[in-house]
Amino acid sequence: MADQDMLENDQPLLVAESLSKSYGRIAACRDVSFSLYSGEVLAIVGESGSGKSTLLQLLSGQLAASGGHVSYRMRDGVTRDLATLGEAERRFLFRTDWGFVHQDPAQGLRMAVSAGANVGERLMAVGWNHYGRIRETASDWLGRVEIDVARIDDAPRTYSGGMRQRLQIARNLVTEPRLVFMDEPTGGLDVSVQARLLDLLRSLVAELNLAVIIVTHDLAVARLLSHRVMVMKGGRVIETGLTDQVLDDPREPYTQLLVSSILPP
Amino acid sequence: MNAPAYNFAYLDEQTKRMIRRAILKAIAIPGYQVPFASREMPMPYGWGTGGVQVTAAILGPQDVLKVIDQGSDDTTNAISIRKFFAKTAGIATTTTTVDATVIQTRHRIPETSLHANQVLVYQVPIPEPLRFLEPRETETRRMHALAEYGLMHVKLYEDIARFGHIATAYAYPVKVNARYVMDPSPTPKFDNPKMDNSPALQLFGAGREKRIYAIPPYTKVVSLDFEDHPFEPYRFNAPCALCAAENSYLDEIVTDDKGGRMFVCSDTDYCEGRQAAGHHGSLSAAPYKEKAGSHG
Repeated sequence: MADQDMLENDQPLLVAESLSKSYGRIAACRDVSFSLYSGEVLAIVGESGSGKSTLLQLLSGQLAASGGHVSYRMRDGVTRDLATLGEAERRFLFRTDWGFVHQDPAQGLRMAVSAGANVGERLMAVGWNHYGRIRETASDWLGRVEIDVARIDDAPRTYSGGMRQRLQIARNLVTEPRLVFMDEPTGGLDVSVQARLLDLLRSLVAELNLAVIIVTHDLAVARLLSHRVMVMKGGRVIETGLTDQVLDDPREPYTQLLVSSILPP
Repeated sequence: MNAPAYNFAYLDEQTKRMIRRAILKAIAIPGYQVPFASREMPMPYGWGTGGVQVTAAILGPQDVLKVIDQGSDDTTNAISIRKFFAKTAGIATTTTTVDATVIQTRHRIPETSLHANQVLVYQVPIPEPLRFLEPRETETRRMHALAEYGLMHVKLYEDIARFGHIATAYAYPVKVNARYVMDPSPTPKFDNPKMDNSPALQLFGAGREKRIYAIPPYTKVVSLDFEDHPFEPYRFNAPCALCAAENSYLDEIVTDDKGGRMFVCSDTDYCEGRQAAGHHGSLSAAPYKEKAGSHG
């Protein structure tokens, strides 16, 4: 079993090959290549307009690339080019083996239905048909993301910002995905709530052996969560490496600027 | 009838052909909502413009039409539509379920079993069962195309979470022919089992939303539910106050301001038929009591 895992971990989970996206003459993303292995957390950092979010959309198959490929190792072990997946397969992948945590929870949640149904939706989408079991799983997940189970029947619009974000995470993780995309998951939260969310994320990622691609402009988030960092500027990856290496010993002038822009504690 | 100023059954022949094509497609793909070029009708949206157009497209001179509104043959809507077709098509009308060949209905399926030579035409206000959960039409169409119906169960889940049981009492979603999830129009869920394997053809017309869908005869129609919360038809636990029927769908009628109420069959034809056959309930009127000859 351990050998099997080792073997599987030898293969990358997701591979991007010279990904590009241009809008007319504007190149939002140029020639991005990298591999992501299971259990690995990759942070994409850079300022606004550097192409981070475009890259995330390309990687998650929500946007068609102008050039290059993204391939993903499916649960059956076969690596496939995302562009060749049919829409049904892509959507199935999206709600089973992948998660996507939006910056704005209103985009990732159904604000008008209860928290329990929000978490249960993915289960029902893959054919769960037993109310008791769905509810049990949902309350279990609410507990894991530190939401009071007594609030299972409340709609997320009655939740605070931090709770909404945690609910969004539970909703994504309920099908035990192997890869989660996160777009500024801590944006708009105050610092203490951010810290708690990051703490939670870090323990879940380790516990579930999740691969995560996290887009952030906050280097502190990258430092806390990620193993590797990619720095983007003007649609290009200008520097990449281990998180502590890039943040403590930045090579590129732009990265040095980014790092030095953080106020000392 | 005098020579009418209208074409037979009001609509022009081209329009009827267009609607018939949509109907044929709907029959070929049970439960699928076929878009059609719905016309303005001489009645407001919400009064059955979709049903009227479907009826107009399928009526022939030999047809006998029955129109019901909430089970009743004698409400304004039912009478107006019956008169409309009597005037524009000169066809025979009836209130008796078994005699009709075309039955246009709003919110009920007759209690009397339908037979193979009948067509039931439903008036539909909102054809999309996923609408209140997913407002985007592009998205709901895609969900139907890919048979992604998890969201429909989210609605049922919400019901149970809030009320302890599936509280959806009408427009209860069904799966047709094991493929498309369909809104059966706002019929009470009591009527859902009647749609399953029905010998009559069932057509659904939504005029404002411009959709036609169908259940061909002898098609499997299953009401959605959970394993631990199975579908249950709902009925007030009382006999009809006029005909003593124990198995018909009942209307609750408030009779005074002191909490007085009576339960009567919503299907007036069924109720009258039973009274004429000698059944009588606790509040039935004199003539039928005399027929029954046993009261007092």
